Amino acid sequence: MPDNTSALQLVLSGDPALYAIVSLSLIVSLSAVLIAAVIGVPFGALMALTRFRGREAIIVALNALMGLPPVVVGLAVYLALSRSGPLGSWGLLFTPQAMVIAQTILIAPIIAALTRQTIEDLWTEYREELAAMDVGALGRVATLVWDGRFSLVTALLAGFGRAAAEVGAIIIVGGNIEGFTRTMTTAIALETSKGDLPLAVGLGIVLITIVVIINALAWGLRRTGERLAG
Amino acid sequence: MRAPMSDIPIAFEAVSVRAREVTILDHITLTFAAGAPSVLIGPNGSGKTTLLRLAMGLIAPSSGRVTWGGREVSPPLHRAITFQRPAMLRRSTAGNISYALAAAGVARSARRARVTELMALVGLSGLGDRPARRLSGGEQQRLALARALAREPDVLFLDEPTASLDPAATKAIEDIVRAVSARGIKVVMSTHDLGQAKRLGGDIVLLHRGRIVEQASADAFFDNPQTEEARRFCAGELLI
Repeated sequence: MPDNTSALQLVLSGDPALYAIVSLSLIVSLSAVLIAAVIGVPFGALMALTRFRGREAIIVALNALMGLPPVVVGLAVYLALSRSGPLGSWGLLFTPQAMVIAQTILIAPIIAALTRQTIEDLWTEYREELAAMDVGALGRVATLVWDGRFSLVTALLAGFGRAAAEVGAIIIVGGNIEGFTRTMTTAIALETSKGDLPLAVGLGIVLITIVVIINALAWGLRRTGERLAG
Repeated sequence: MRAPMSDIPIAFEAVSVRAREVTILDHITLTFAAGAPSVLIGPNGSGKTTLLRLAMGLIAPSSGRVTWGGREVSPPLHRAITFQRPAMLRRSTAGNISYALAAAGVARSARRARVTELMALVGLSGLGDRPARRLSGGEQQRLALARALAREPDVLFLDEPTASLDPAATKAIEDIVRAVSARGIKVVMSTHDLGQAKRLGGDIVLLHRGRIVEQASADAFFDNPQTEEARRFCAGELLI
């Protein structure tokens, strides 16, 4: 990569190396969000709607897990997937799949905790009305998820924001291998330490843009939700 | 058609409700029969809301029993309630009514016409697209009434439907209650408003500290109260 290329030129000229990195980042983080949603939304709804011994402890743990340090998650997944680890036979270490696993672990608690909060608040408000209308268990869940849909999508976007921005977990389990497991954040970390600032800055611009778009989407959704539902 | 399965009369036999150490309702024996509205009056904490919840079947008594049309188990198919602070579903006004219709088992094809009809009945025509949570307090109470009426109840419970409403909004609610009652739906409501009890009541139940202090037809209650508490209540004194 020529030294005199500016960051903006890299972005605007559609540099293939840069776009490969961007697309891998998006694929990894979106996959993680999808899997985390499949796990986190039902789990959060279950926590909101059931009462059992130890529930409070799980909720506290869930809220604490929202602040999991990515490097620690990376380390744990590394240990699990390394050759001598319990899942070493899967041969996933230093692959995009390993990165998806690490990010899923990182954001599933966020999605679950936000889902629980959303559903539980709605449930507190709705429970007597729904009981009076004789709505069955399935109907209740459907009503709560539908009426909370804007907040739930916001929770997914929060998860995506965290996944797209983190570097600690994926650099450990992905290994930052060029053309294979190099993402925006890991590339920025590497290129900065190598001194290739245009690529690092170019990726930084793309990453910031994506984060801004995500937040604009979340904002727009919230406004739409308020307009439709009050 | 519905008569053999009617929820009326609703009978309370020595019903008590206790929460931990506190007795909320104490040995209530009472019957709500068909006819003009029954009005529960009494100060805050006297047990009016709990009594309505029992009659709706939302809670079970700690002792004693409640029967609907002689049956001890009766799902709330022909009963409906509006709460003092009704929860508005995060949907439009029409969406709220449509939801209630769906929950009551009304076929999708019939809902639209029924929504229009119910909105007209409670004076919300033209507000169908408004988010329910953006309606005024009086409009929200009327929407709650429309949702309740969507169930085509035999009996309708109203928990202080006009608390914190201004006179115009109160009159709108009272007019609906009269119309509903004239259709043969049994209304059981609680209120703080003595004037409202006089205007609407067929019979009056005065509750105080979880007990029935006096129960009589509205005329007898207001013209010739039998108990000291009822006399004081009718005289507008504060019953504490």
